[in-house]
Amino acid sequence: MNGSFLSSLRTLIETYAPLDVIVIIENFDRFLYGVLVTLELTFLSLALGAMLAIPLAIILASDHRIGKFLVASYTYLFRGTPLLIQTYLIYFGLGQFAWVRESLLWDPILSQAWWCALIAFTLNTTAYTTELFCGAIKATPKGEKEAAIACGFSAAGRMRHIILPAALRRALPAYSNEVIFMLHGSVIASTITLQDILGVGRWLNGRYYLAYEGFITAAVLYMILVFFITRVFRYSEQRWLAHLQPRSTREIGAGDKGGMPPTLHVR
Amino acid sequence: MDALFEYRQALIDGILITLALAFFSLLIAVGLGLLGALAKLSERPAARACADGYTTVVRGVPDLVLMLLVFFGGQQLLNSLGGVTGWWDYIEVNQFIAGVFTIGVIFGAYMTESFRGAILAIPRGQIEAGLAYGMTSFQVFYRIIAPQMVRYALPSFTNNWLVQLKTTALVSVIGLHDVVYNAFVAGRTTRQLFTFMFAVLVIYLVLTAISDVFLRWLGRYYSKDMRSATR
Repeated sequence: MNGSFLSSLRTLIETYAPLDVIVIIENFDRFLYGVLVTLELTFLSLALGAMLAIPLAIILASDHRIGKFLVASYTYLFRGTPLLIQTYLIYFGLGQFAWVRESLLWDPILSQAWWCALIAFTLNTTAYTTELFCGAIKATPKGEKEAAIACGFSAAGRMRHIILPAALRRALPAYSNEVIFMLHGSVIASTITLQDILGVGRWLNGRYYLAYEGFITAAVLYMILVFFITRVFRYSEQRWLAHLQPRSTREIGAGDKGGMPPTLHVR
Repeated sequence: MDALFEYRQALIDGILITLALAFFSLLIAVGLGLLGALAKLSERPAARACADGYTTVVRGVPDLVLMLLVFFGGQQLLNSLGGVTGWWDYIEVNQFIAGVFTIGVIFGAYMTESFRGAILAIPRGQIEAGLAYGMTSFQVFYRIIAPQMVRYALPSFTNNWLVQLKTTALVSVIGLHDVVYNAFVAGRTTRQLFTFMFAVLVIYLVLTAISDVFLRWLGRYYSKDMRSATR
């Protein structure tokens, strides 16, 4: 009875549904695997990028002429050109040189699409994140720095204990955009044969000769991921940027009854 | 380098295609951005809901996914539509039109946000004053909102345009013979993919640098009377 219900459901879908839902469900495990590949590439490159970006941002915000020039040229190069070209350059381009093909890195890393995508994405996100962190470091109020000097902090201690913790928090809202851009940018992986979400979508359409199903499933999966990422960032902003939130009038009224008139904080 | 010189014509043709693509999609993006911004600020809930849905979907889905969906799915959709209604026989969506349309629609959503912000930055009193003088809402838009909107929207417009210019590289994936595609083919033939890809990198760098300089000049031009506000 169960079987006949399922089969009649199947006929119903096959006859009336605009999309071939059955094909999507049958290959859904592949899509889930694609989600893993996408998340892995996105978050690994973001984590590596953030780690590289902190020292680079400190250099960019410093007074060191040569260091600043080098970092600025790097960010200019990677922010001014498409990620697709950067990825192609690493994946297809490096093989042009015999010394790269003969080097120790070729076999395990540089001939593998996954590693090339990771390297390209990391270099790209590092450039954007460096600029972002640099802006946040520069936005540190002068008074905080002077207070730290007055308290006897060394330059390194100042950076480590005063400037960076505040600057990274300030960078959080803009960084959430970078995370979503990186998630969107990771679709480039599918152009160099990787089976990320879009890669699976393209495979599905090619295999079953379909026009919508794979791409629409991919689009929906990406939207779900974006939704969750924005949620996570909204939560972390509430947690780590609580001191910057506008206080609600009710909260102020409850705090000091009959005292000072409530002030409205407008950002 | 010799190979680059040998294939210069293919590269130049590709650059022209890329520029045409960027230009036409910018027209669509600005048009949609204006419509979207007006819809988001309108008093009709239906218009607001449409515009919100548009920007949410476009900003949630990666550009390449939309482009493939429009190119392959759009073709299928148009042909089944033609089959049902009998208005046309068989249409082949060409890569250029699919690219222009997709990039235009995507950046229309980003333009919507920047135009909306720019309109909101105009003091409300000026619009009310215009209405009080008996201007129609079109006159208010044309005489009061539009000239100032350009000034307020220009910084984020510049940003959007630079991103959009870089996004045009993606049309090579659906097979349009733009600069990336031509360079890739030439690089594969000559077995010098690094040289050709690096050339494309430099081409994009030059294009973004030129637009940056031009838009900065435009920014100074449109904020002549606010001297202190410009950098």
